[in-house]
Amino acid sequence: MKNAAKKIYIALIVLFLYAPIGTLMVLSFNASKTRAKWGGFSIKWYIALFENEEILRALFNTLIIALISSLVATIIGTIACIAMTGMKRQAKSVLMGITNIPMLNADIVTGVSLMLLYISLGIRFGMGTILLSHITFNIPYVILSVMPRMKQLNPSTFEAALDLGSSHLNAFFKVVFPDLLPGILSGFLMAFTMSLDDFIITHFTKGVGVDTLSTKIYTEIKKGIKPEMYALSSLIFVTVLTLLVLINLSPDKSKKEKK
Amino acid sequence: MKKNKKLPIKVTFILTALFAALSLCGCTSSDKGVNGQVIVYNWGEYIDPETIRMFEEETGIKVIYDEFETNESMYPKVESGAVAYDIACPSDYMISRMIENGMLSEIDYSKMPNAKNNIGTQYYEQARGFDPENKYAIPYCWGTVGILYNQTMVDEPITRWAQLWDEKYADNILMQDSVRDAFMVAEKLNGDSMNTLDPDELTAAKNLLIGQKPLVQAYVVDQVRDKMIGGEAAIGVIYSGEAIYTQKENPDLVYVIPEEGTNVWIDAWVILKNAPNKENAEKFIDFMCRADIALMNFDYITYSTPNVAARELIEDESIKNSEIAFPDLSQYENLETYVYLGEDGDSLYNELWKEVKAH
Amino acid sequence: MISKKKWLSVPYLFWSGLFIIVPLGMVVYYGLTDRTGAFTLENITAIATAGHAKALRLSLLLSFVSTVVCFLLAYPLAMILAQVQVKRHNFIILIFILPMWMNFLLRTLAWQTLLEKNGVINHVLSFLHLPALKIINTPAAIILGMVYNFLPFMILPLYNALSKIDGNVINAAHDLGAGHIYTFFRIILPLSIPGIISGITMVFIPALTTFVISSLLGGGKLLLIGDVIDLEFTKTSNWHLGSGLSMVLMIFILINMVLSAIFDKDGEGSML
Repeated sequence: MKNAAKKIYIALIVLFLYAPIGTLMVLSFNASKTRAKWGGFSIKWYIALFENEEILRALFNTLIIALISSLVATIIGTIACIAMTGMKRQAKSVLMGITNIPMLNADIVTGVSLMLLYISLGIRFGMGTILLSHITFNIPYVILSVMPRMKQLNPSTFEAALDLGSSHLNAFFKVVFPDLLPGILSGFLMAFTMSLDDFIITHFTKGVGVDTLSTKIYTEIKKGIKPEMYALSSLIFVTVLTLLVLINLSPDKSKKEKK
Repeated sequence: MKKNKKLPIKVTFILTALFAALSLCGCTSSDKGVNGQVIVYNWGEYIDPETIRMFEEETGIKVIYDEFETNESMYPKVESGAVAYDIACPSDYMISRMIENGMLSEIDYSKMPNAKNNIGTQYYEQARGFDPENKYAIPYCWGTVGILYNQTMVDEPITRWAQLWDEKYADNILMQDSVRDAFMVAEKLNGDSMNTLDPDELTAAKNLLIGQKPLVQAYVVDQVRDKMIGGEAAIGVIYSGEAIYTQKENPDLVYVIPEEGTNVWIDAWVILKNAPNKENAEKFIDFMCRADIALMNFDYITYSTPNVAARELIEDESIKNSEIAFPDLSQYENLETYVYLGEDGDSLYNELWKEVKAH
Repeated sequence: MISKKKWLSVPYLFWSGLFIIVPLGMVVYYGLTDRTGAFTLENITAIATAGHAKALRLSLLLSFVSTVVCFLLAYPLAMILAQVQVKRHNFIILIFILPMWMNFLLRTLAWQTLLEKNGVINHVLSFLHLPALKIINTPAAIILGMVYNFLPFMILPLYNALSKIDGNVINAAHDLGAGHIYTFFRIILPLSIPGIISGITMVFIPALTTFVISSLLGGGKLLLIGDVIDLEFTKTSNWHLGSGLSMVLMIFILINMVLSAIFDKDGEGSML
């Protein structure tokens, strides 16, 4: 009974989170361009998608930027978390406050101020400037994900490892890192997600002709977003979900067989 | 905890699989054309990509094409010099702002015969509102702002802005969520200029808009299109360029230019002052003014073209003579084009608009 | 302590210095000057004008409600999830983050399609002969949009923190005669405080400055402080006023800093 209630609760939240996704997937098969009317079933947007080199290139850029920026942000953020545990309380709070600034600032403020920064530094606008900006706004999400784990760490295990003759680095990777990993992973994923989704900061810090999916989608607003984007989103979604399920199922099976 | 060690491998696997799938299609061709390049900054979805390909083929000039979504997001990028664009395609009032700030380069019509001959003189005339001597801008698309209404949801034809204040239509009205377009409606209703800076006229317009607020279902920009097609509201303020498309999707919809007069907007090509490839820019704009190319773009964008030669080539008579796509401007009075109001003017409008929105 | 090595803080200090503090300096510069470049406090005091103050109050209220709703939805969920076997961790994390891989604008537009008068939900409701849902273009729709958009940012840190709690501690409490409610308030809740702080920060702070949600789902009839800042930057190009107002919002970072410093002490204390 109690278990059923739990399952229903999870199902309701998942339904809430996936309802718009389902809507988009249905709309990707809508023959009509408008989201307001069902014009019959069609796969024409999927065909158009694969003929549209621009969108595919934007997808490529988006993934590269998201991957690199979230990786770098994860590394810097995790190191920052470790460093912060050794800091005095006040210094730590100040640094956490600074960390929150990119999250609080309206994207446009961050975008414009970064644009001004790059101009004054004389950096050429292009992929590099997008990456720098994305790393910047990704770091807070990593820090905020890793920090709770960090605080819950039991310092004595690390010290025990040191006492037993482990080097610092070795003790870190053997003892601390595995404990932090779930936090690091969710931080990485959040960073990856934020990077995928960003529009305004990318708009102000991108070079000419470097488009991401977000900048493509927003520029389509004036003339109406083409369902090709729904089709692409649906494809990405289904691909990732399938991979996820496959990867999660396979080790389970092998375990059972061994038993 | 051991399990977790496999984790990065899993993530990497997912991502590499994605990349592998992508790299098959992610072909990049960033070679410069034999005759150099030209960097164009235009609205999103505002050109038939085929015309760019044709231009590249015919001239050997590589087009680097970049898109923006609003005039206001375009301006700081161009002004800051973050990227040195050659050509942009802003709207009227933004062009007057760029002219005022010395950001544009003069047009040499001798190098652009198509621009000189194919664009109708009445459109150059209209463009004088923001470019008094036609020195900087070559009209690319134009249209009006009007009312789109759903015949089945109203009991009389809508012909005037004043009807947007009719309580019958409470919660059935979609207004534009932009300062100038919203104030334009109120100012025209009061018989004032849409470029007015007169405090009394502006206060009157603001009070009208505040009074209208309870009747308004939503302030939207691009959503008018979908919401009107879906029958969400009876009346919406919309750009004429959307009218033909929305009618096709929902035949109950009718577009009218209100009797009190309205805004005629023009998006036009301009060459930027420090354009690195000025000659190529001239070639590009002139190419876009060629009748067959302009027709292709008209078919693609469906916004009215000022290119008279292209209009002649339209085969479908109903579109060629459409009152919506090509209204006879001389029939209407009180048509105006926005001009830049200066920083103080903009701030003033914005303060008043915030009062309306916060009310 | 894990590390007392000072150099570990160098990369982030450098990064935040260059990409957060220096741009922040520019914001401060714009915020404290007018168009002529002269010093002024007007952009800061502008928050007190009726329209801006109202927008700020509304933003605070909506963000607060959204944060509370997110917390109430996410906490039980995170508790349930934390009981699932360890090997499913990553799958769970991804399930809740995956919806956000669809573009934010597309998702919000999809909500429009769902919530509208003639939207999907109302079609279903009328098919079932139930009264129609009239939520689009109201503050409730904005809250829904915020909750939808920020819920994963609450779920993940909570889940992270809760799944770290040693089941033995809870069992020990039960063995010692503590009831479920007592165990929750004396053991589980205090131990999850770091996660709660992260979650609240990641929901409340970004929610304070969102603007697209209010115009797409709220019908643009309510002016939020994020809308004002966006207007000043994009429509009026009055970067000075926009920066000034942004600076005012940083007060909330300070408040957050103080609050987390207070709770932090408890959080660490309970570990020792």
